[in-house]
Amino acid sequence: MFVLIVGCGRVGSAIAKRMIRQGHEVSVLDENQEAHALLEHDMDQTWEDAGGQFTVGTALEVEALTEAGIERADVVVCSTDGDNTNIIVAQLARKRFQVPKVVVRVLDPYRAEWYSQQGLHTVCPTQVAIDMLTEAVIGDAVPG
Amino acid sequence: MYIIIAGAGKVGWNLARELIGEGHEVTLLESDRNRYLIVEEELEHRVQHGDATELWVLERAGIVRADMVVAVTGDDEDNMLISQVAKEKYLVEHTIARANNPRNLEHFELLGVRPVVSATDLILRLIEHEVPHHGLVHLLDLRQEQLEIIELEVAEDAPAAGKTIGELELPEGCLVVSVLRNGSGFVPKADTLIEPGDEVLAVLNPGDEPEVCRLFGAYRGVDGAGRGHSN
Repeated sequence: MFVLIVGCGRVGSAIAKRMIRQGHEVSVLDENQEAHALLEHDMDQTWEDAGGQFTVGTALEVEALTEAGIERADVVVCSTDGDNTNIIVAQLARKRFQVPKVVVRVLDPYRAEWYSQQGLHTVCPTQVAIDMLTEAVIGDAVPG
Repeated sequence: MYIIIAGAGKVGWNLARELIGEGHEVTLLESDRNRYLIVEEELEHRVQHGDATELWVLERAGIVRADMVVAVTGDDEDNMLISQVAKEKYLVEHTIARANNPRNLEHFELLGVRPVVSATDLILRLIEHEVPHHGLVHLLDLRQEQLEIIELEVAEDAPAAGKTIGELELPEGCLVVSVLRNGSGFVPKADTLIEPGDEVLAVLNPGDEPEVCRLFGAYRGVDGAGRGHSN
């Protein structure tokens, strides 16, 4: 499977490393060259030696997305630090490049919910935290 | 009309001022606290502090009863999202978005966000109008309606030069609405003779532009005479 990860912060880089360890082909796009260092942290070889690809570019630039290989991507993960950027890039991936599977990180629960209703596969870490914390509170409560 | 404007930069603030002056009800949204405080001194309750891409901020501003949403922040992703949400979630009838980077115009279009205003694109068109390198100026594009108005200068060797309007084999639906000659304009009739050097205003279907240009001897350039986007 060819996975394109747009946005290489804590989340993006961790997914990238996990996917490449599982034997997938992984390409990472980030606007910051320094994000590359995150890909090699905890790895015993360079990102490129591990078979990874890294492109510096802005997520909205068609040239950058193309260089990163979006046209042959089986999956695109949108994990930049901007909800709006993620939502727009996800729609480009689906509508313009017909990527079969697009996963989007959206921190704002309301935007995540609405775009999920519109057919985007959104993952909302904030909502997950709300659910887990609520569960922890209820779970710890003394019954009766 | 009730109009919500996202982004109190130079464009948003001045727009708000003009629209208020015309008697419209306006709410301006600004996410930067310092900028908000400056604008608030003048506009008072008509500006609200908040990120217009947050749905609750839009709801607090009363988006459900807005007749128009204008997205003019400095961030194209934000403008796309605000317009998309306004139109599709809150069913706002009119939305206008600003493209800061003309290269993003195609994204706005792909997401169905229109109309889009790009200052760079507008200035390009003005340059085109002032210095028409290709003998062709786009005056108006109504994309949804599939209609445009162009201005052409009739070349010496144009097939149309020396013919009457009635003799021209214009594409179906194309109409010459005005002829400018020696500094004054008139509406041509079927027996009006087209002369080289005339400036002709024509209404047409965008697809017929090459044929109309050929008739009047105007060249289109590579991409619709230097516009930032193509059809």
